[in-house]
Amino acid sequence: MSSRDAILGRVRRALADVPREESPDDVAVARDYLRTHSPADAVETLAENLADYRALVHRTDTAGLPDLIGRLLAARGSRDVVVPDGFPAEWLPQADAVRWVQDTPEATPDELDRMDSVLTGCALAIAETGTLVLDGSAGQGRRRITLMPDHHICVVRVPEQVVDSVPEALPRLVPTRPLTWISGPSATSDIELDRVEGVHGPRTLEVVLVTR
Amino acid sequence: MSGTYLGMPAFPKAATLSTRNTRMRANLTHATHTIRDKRAAAVRELPDWAQLRAAGAAVKDRTLRHLDHYLEQLEAAVTAAGGTVHWAADAREANRIVTSLVRATGETEVVKVKSMATQEIGLNAALEAAGIRAYETDLAELIVQLGDDLPSHILVPAIHRNRDEIRDIFRERMADWGRPAPEGLTEEPAVLAEAARLHLREKFLRAKVGISGANFMVADTGTLVVVESEGNGRMCLTLPETLISVVGIEKIVPTWQDLEVFLQLLPRSSTAERMNPYTSTWTGTTDGDGPRTFHLVLLDNGRTDTLADTVGRQALRCIRCSACLNVCPVYERAGGHAYGSAYPGPIGAILTPQLRGVTSELDASLPYASSLCGACYEVCPVAIDIPEVLVHLRERVVQGGETTIRGVRTRIRPAKGHAAERAAMRAARWALDHPAAMRTGQRLAARTRRFHPKRLPGPGRAWTASREMPTVPAESFRDWWQRERGGKVTR
Ligand code: SF4
Repeated sequence: MSSRDAILGRVRRALADVPREESPDDVAVARDYLRTHSPADAVETLAENLADYRALVHRTDTAGLPDLIGRLLAARGSRDVVVPDGFPAEWLPQADAVRWVQDTPEATPDELDRMDSVLTGCALAIAETGTLVLDGSAGQGRRRITLMPDHHICVVRVPEQVVDSVPEALPRLVPTRPLTWISGPSATSDIELDRVEGVHGPRTLEVVLVTR
Repeated sequence: MSGTYLGMPAFPKAATLSTRNTRMRANLTHATHTIRDKRAAAVRELPDWAQLRAAGAAVKDRTLRHLDHYLEQLEAAVTAAGGTVHWAADAREANRIVTSLVRATGETEVVKVKSMATQEIGLNAALEAAGIRAYETDLAELIVQLGDDLPSHILVPAIHRNRDEIRDIFRERMADWGRPAPEGLTEEPAVLAEAARLHLREKFLRAKVGISGANFMVADTGTLVVVESEGNGRMCLTLPETLISVVGIEKIVPTWQDLEVFLQLLPRSSTAERMNPYTSTWTGTTDGDGPRTFHLVLLDNGRTDTLADTVGRQALRCIRCSACLNVCPVYERAGGHAYGSAYPGPIGAILTPQLRGVTSELDASLPYASSLCGACYEVCPVAIDIPEVLVHLRERVVQGGETTIRGVRTRIRPAKGHAAERAAMRAARWALDHPAAMRTGQRLAARTRRFHPKRLPGPGRAWTASREMPTVPAESFRDWWQRERGGKVTR
């Protein structure tokens, strides 16, 4: 007998007490928890929670966006900046000091490791938890590009990309896409259970909340 | 290579050794008290915590009661998304599968994301024996691996080490494993984190095979979920060409929507955060992004035996948040190593004897590694009634009874006079000999309840209901001990 059949057989024997006619839906799950904890102002709450976990939050409108991005990159002295396909060209600053690097599947981890910054959009942001969700669609790139460079700038269109809560976020996401949920810069609690920012992911996370 | 738990002494002996280690105790007390208060604050933020907790328990119960259905559904979804599913009845089979999958790639190195399942099966040792080096990449796991040590906590395996010790381990051992620690390394946590970043980066860059576990597997979509903080998980999940995930069969949730419950319960319970820094989800393989080959190894290793026990099966709801460890007065004093398995603390005391069958001295003693104060139940985000299961397992040690071992119904004989019973009794006495552990326990108990083990209802009866009945006389563990076993220890 294969292990598959053996394990399934053991599961069925172990569940001898479950009535044969019971279906999974017969096991009641009360979903009387809240769909949202109704933050008064979702964008404001998002900004607060992002900042609480040491993300740097900036605000501007689309007209001011290129300028702001240019200043953020210049402030760090970033030269090589990854920009994934589909990131709106009109958001990019005229910056002579910056080399825009496209993300291609051929780019090796070593090459990505040498990048100074990465610039992306996101699929949505969750206010109550201060979370950005990236799903690899246009303007977001492969998962690894927001991991290897030490500096990530993420643009969130507000208010349309902001949801209140985790229960509001999941139905808007496509499970078959590889998702990355980001809540603040890389951190660890492994030394005396105290949170320290900055281990393997970007140590600086800057979030730009942009209005039309 | 970190050690294994084989041949660990029974709980009381190991606990006595660790309580003598005052530095370890101080480290543990400091860390668990820090996180306790933070967790409470994170939970208070959500007015619907009780409802979320009840839903979490119910979703897991639904999964467990129809596990065969969900396993088949998951297998179909993962396969349709381009993954390959393997089934492992026990640790040996899981290790054999993973070893041969790594060998097939021709690689002799793998990078690992922290995973309780691979700890449980001793995968690193099995790979080592096959000439494959496994690099742990979680900071605390790295500390354990470099220090040739054993994990002592679910979330923070090196919780028994303070910053000075970590600095010394890095200074002395990093060079043996790759890039040495930077000159002038201090004990500043940020500096230590930076050293780990540099040490591991070269390993991530050249890794061709990644090995992970998963916090959740979604049956209807075939999606796996890894919740983490540092980004080492993302490295292992996205950079290698081959990804092998070893996951216990109980980690399933039925639907994508069910994640809305667990992604609220888990971060607040484990690291006391609104959300952990990184969560990755993936479904099979994705063209051009991440591993080209994905293997899922579904692990039984005693889980179906646990499932067969209608009282004990609730232990399979566990989402490994570690909240129960952080509030446990016995864990705080005994330390994680005393529990002799990958699962320390209250959850270990009920899970290990069930996964392994209550037959060894150690396993028989584990259900006694508790003062039955109930704090673990209070904080458990999936409402596992750990004291109920402890009492149930104690009863089985003392009185014998039906159980399932490797799929076969077996009758355990009463342990009276056996080495197992003596170990169990010593464990209980250990708890009594530590008045501080008991006092904390009893103070908490005042808020919750006392237990009355002899009145334990048989399997299937609603212990929850009877426990709330004010007519049941409250009885502390001390009283119970005196009454039940007190006269029998000296023989
Ligand atoms: S038993 Fe409950 S509290 Fe303990 S680790 Fe598991 S889920 Fe967390």
